Amino acid sequence: MSTGEVLTHRKYGEHYHSLTIVAPDIGQAVAPGQFVNISCAPSSAHILRRPFSVYRVHKRGGWASTIEIVFDVRGPGTAYLSTLRTHASVDLMGPLGRGFTLPARRAHALLVGGGIGAAPLFFLADELRNEGHRVDCILGARSGRYLLNAIDVRRLASVYRITTEDGSTGDKGRVTDVLIEVMERCGTEIVYTCGPHPMLAAVARICAERNVALQVAVEELMACGFGVCMTCVMPVRRAGPRGREDEIVYARSCTEGPVFDGASVVWSGEAEPLESEDAELSPAGIPVRAAALPASVGEVAPPGN
Amino acid sequence: MLGPVSLTGPVLVASGTFGAGREASRFVDLRRLGGVIVKSMTLVPWRGKPTPRMCETPSGMLNAIGIQNKGVDHFITEDLPWLTRQGATVIASIAGNTVEEFVKVADKLRTGGRGVAAVEVNISCPNLEDRSDMFAHSARGTAAVVAGVKESLPRVPVFAKLSPNVTSLAEIAGAALDAGADGLSLINTVFGMAIDVEAMRPKLAGVVGGLSGPAIRPIAVRAVHEVHRAFPGAPIIGQGGIAGPRDALELVLAGAAAVAVGTANFVVPRLPVRVNEGIAEYMAARGVERVADLVGAVRLDEVAAASLEAGTP
Repeated sequence: MSTGEVLTHRKYGEHYHSLTIVAPDIGQAVAPGQFVNISCAPSSAHILRRPFSVYRVHKRGGWASTIEIVFDVRGPGTAYLSTLRTHASVDLMGPLGRGFTLPARRAHALLVGGGIGAAPLFFLADELRNEGHRVDCILGARSGRYLLNAIDVRRLASVYRITTEDGSTGDKGRVTDVLIEVMERCGTEIVYTCGPHPMLAAVARICAERNVALQVAVEELMACGFGVCMTCVMPVRRAGPRGREDEIVYARSCTEGPVFDGASVVWSGEAEPLESEDAELSPAGIPVRAAALPASVGEVAPPGN
Repeated sequence: MLGPVSLTGPVLVASGTFGAGREASRFVDLRRLGGVIVKSMTLVPWRGKPTPRMCETPSGMLNAIGIQNKGVDHFITEDLPWLTRQGATVIASIAGNTVEEFVKVADKLRTGGRGVAAVEVNISCPNLEDRSDMFAHSARGTAAVVAGVKESLPRVPVFAKLSPNVTSLAEIAGAALDAGADGLSLINTVFGMAIDVEAMRPKLAGVVGGLSGPAIRPIAVRAVHEVHRAFPGAPIIGQGGIAGPRDALELVLAGAAAVAVGTANFVVPRLPVRVNEGIAEYMAARGVERVADLVGAVRLDEVAAASLEAGTP
């Protein structure tokens, strides 16, 4: 755990807040896709920390050792954070979770982000470019107001496309409507994505069909963020022991994720996003009801444990 | 001391809030804990329930996880040796759906559980042989599990973790003690439910969940007090909503010989150490030498005692 200090509080557009926090331990160690868990509890009414994926880091220069998070106000935790001003102190845990794996050799990478879920992709884009990879990007949202920093995407990506469901900015439609076209045009070898679950599932389907590698940063409600509470699980497929059939297990998205190999996640056809304020207990505020796995033989579990 | 168990301190970590210590050891030295009550283990691995498994509630949280765990064999081969190497005091929490399952887990611990300081029996599990009502909800179910586990592990101290969701806690505590329990853990989570009114659906996939956190602390204090008055000789591990030293002291004054920090570990994994320090400061300030001198030391004048006897809050 560390104590950070707010350096700046800005707005991105009319919806998104940005906090740049001086947190040397975390800023030096964090990798793209990892997250921090922030105490948002000035009183005892809301006890749990809120997780945020890291949007940007500054390891060098005048803002060295700072991390930046972005969020929209969804519930009491984010409402509290939105009141913090310069010099406010912040209680953080991190960096937490397993981040994105960067390509081993120079590659054409395509970043696909939806709404606030695009946050970790900006940090990833910086790192990919630093390592000499080609970065292309598709950014989508419900409408133009919900696009996260579309201006910066133009600077970061060789080829970029913007989609909005209402057509207010860019192409009218969803990121998956233009995905195949962009992949073909850019010779995409690996896709990185984060956003609402139905979008992730659709991106995963397209990547599987075309045999393109995929890394997804998933979202689940988490209480602890460091692997003990077992609430943030995702159904994933794993190689069975000693050559046996693959098995499906609930993997913790806080420690075994939040980034998973897209081909390993068992996507649910009935996934529906949680739109309520409860959603702020996930790193980008967009978790879902996940697919149910059959219980083990004879297992009837108690309500609370 | 906690009955027959020698602890390194009075503050433990509650089952299900600390895994088997590995993840939290990044934040806290396990030797500075009174003991680690590990996540409940079952005879075979349990997958647990679908998500959402939790939601936040006023001063607490509701969870329905379903004892997702890798099974007793994994505990014996992986977790226990690791915990022992860290110098942690280990209390093994066991769970099952039948008395036979509990006994089989206990049998495995008898042969492979060398170094386990005590066993906590998590009887807040549906009893498949009794229309799926929980063992902890009846004196008979509680006694059957405790007697079976104790017979398998006659030399290991056994604690029964009781559910507060019952009419007469003292009756069930008595059944556990008569069946051979060396002590009691009080309390497990309180049943609750939350509904997303926009979606008009339960917030948890499991519909009903266990409420934990500071919201349930007064329930825990009452439960410990009630059981301690009924069975003053029975060592109690008090747990339920501890978020600081004074909360732990409430449970001790109510009658707990040791305490376990639960949900607060999710927020501040080092909290048990701070609670331990806070208890020591409280004792030093009052010239109290042993925690035992505070156990059940809440003062009740005649009026208060009479009001308790009358049973009306």
